[in-house]
Amino acid sequence: MSKSGGQLAADQNTFTGFDAESVRADFPVLNQQVHGKPLVYLDSAASSQKPLHVINAVSRYYENDHSNVHRGVHSLSARATFAYERARGKAHVFLNSKNIREIIYVRGTTEAINLVAQTYGRANVGEGDEILISEMEHHSNIVPWQMLCEWTGAKLVVAPIDERGQLDMTAFAEKLSERTKIVGIVHVSNALGTVNPVAEITKMAHDAGAVVVVDGAQAAPHLRVDVQEIGCDFYAFSGHKAYAPTGIGILYGREELLEAMPPWQGGGEMILSVSFDSTTYNELPYKFEAGTPNIAGAIGLGEAIDYMGRFNHEALERHEHDLVAYGYDALATVPGLTIVGTAEGKVGVHSFTLDGIHAHDIGTILDNEGIAVRTGHHCAQPVMHHFGVPATARASFGIYNTRDDIDRLVEGLGQVRKLMG
Amino acid sequence: MSDLRDLYQETILDHGRTPRNFRKLEAATHEADGDNPLCGDKIHLYLQLDGDKVSDISFDGAGCAISTASASLMTEALKGKTIEDAMALFERLHETLTGQGECDESVELGKLAVFEGVREYPLRVKCATLAWHTLRNAIEGGKNATPATTE
Repeated sequence: MSKSGGQLAADQNTFTGFDAESVRADFPVLNQQVHGKPLVYLDSAASSQKPLHVINAVSRYYENDHSNVHRGVHSLSARATFAYERARGKAHVFLNSKNIREIIYVRGTTEAINLVAQTYGRANVGEGDEILISEMEHHSNIVPWQMLCEWTGAKLVVAPIDERGQLDMTAFAEKLSERTKIVGIVHVSNALGTVNPVAEITKMAHDAGAVVVVDGAQAAPHLRVDVQEIGCDFYAFSGHKAYAPTGIGILYGREELLEAMPPWQGGGEMILSVSFDSTTYNELPYKFEAGTPNIAGAIGLGEAIDYMGRFNHEALERHEHDLVAYGYDALATVPGLTIVGTAEGKVGVHSFTLDGIHAHDIGTILDNEGIAVRTGHHCAQPVMHHFGVPATARASFGIYNTRDDIDRLVEGLGQVRKLMG
Repeated sequence: MSDLRDLYQETILDHGRTPRNFRKLEAATHEADGDNPLCGDKIHLYLQLDGDKVSDISFDGAGCAISTASASLMTEALKGKTIEDAMALFERLHETLTGQGECDESVELGKLAVFEGVREYPLRVKCATLAWHTLRNAIEGGKNATPATTE
């Protein structure tokens, strides 16, 4: 493929638009056969693959620079600390937070939301208060709030979605009240691809006196995210869905709120001084980062952000919209196929059912054709319940997917129909 | 597609499409739910015992071809059998699917041998054993059985 002059494809695409075919060369895992057929990876919403830039950055770090961060005066510790903090700076620019102190490293979106529920939530939510979420939430933006409700006696309120999988904004407005203390909302739905109007939702929530937690797990790999423009109080995303390693993610929080919140886990790093009588907590963001962090993961995340930054974002968005549009047309040719989730402007996924054929059987037969899709409830059982299906098959797209991948999917679904009759 | 045919044998496809004993059983003495949360298979098992003998057995619910066929073939295999026979058959099937456990080699799988191909698909073993786990819970729990789950 196009690796001329030792240059990686992303570098050739700098400022010149977007060519998915050449981008594939940056992702070594794609270059393999599964069950004797070239791999078609359509499961990036579960976890994206990693470009060589990220893989190399992580191994370079372990080969040359590894030590603990913020701990020593020796050179390796200084290098590790520098690289680790530089990556935080990249996340700060990526989200356009006002201050780098607002960028907290976490394991991923799930940990970020749990952190907010257990610190901000416990300190600010009481009996009779309400937490408002939407029907399209992923389990990680449902269960931490249910737990908070159990601890505090607050009530979980759910705003419904319509038949296309879009949030019912009228119902959402009706459910917002002075009792609402927290609004938890997904930016992009993992099961449906729906993009929520998070800026508008934030404005409505703020008018009602609630803080807003945005689950950005599926947005970070696809959209340009600007937390100041959204105006939200917290924003969470996972590295591994955005071409970075697993086990690293970011929680953005407004500085004023983070300052006032009690710390979460206790331990090293989150303290300034410790005696048996009292402990002084560290300043932001370290107050929320107890223990030795995932240093290599953070460096990988910084590299993934750089990698994404090499592309012309508009061209990348055009490419991803083309995959969704092409997918609609191509999947419409499969008899008995119904797409679940048809929101205006959706990104990244096509969830679907096939008449009379269970998603799990679809998944096994497609795998035999070398095609990786997710099957099941996608950790969003209430969404499945809304559409009255036990499970769906989901094809989700990353920057390396092409129209050819969708053609292969459609051919694979032909095999499914042939076998299952 | 030849290896997939080992998994989706004609008998499995047939029982998956038109499951036998797929009905409520009003006279059931034992019942249990079975749930495979990973893929969304849900069954409800009805069992009518006369002493230690299975006088009738049926199920309903929704699942993939493997889990539906497994439940269907199980109900066919167990009518008239004792609980002891049923459990011995489950152990034999489990051993066949996973290669684990010790069982009485003399127990004949009969029609259930069509599930041998599932062994090559470890992620689908739970689909093939869901009905059997549910059966065990039903026998142990009577009318208030704990739901069986594969997770």
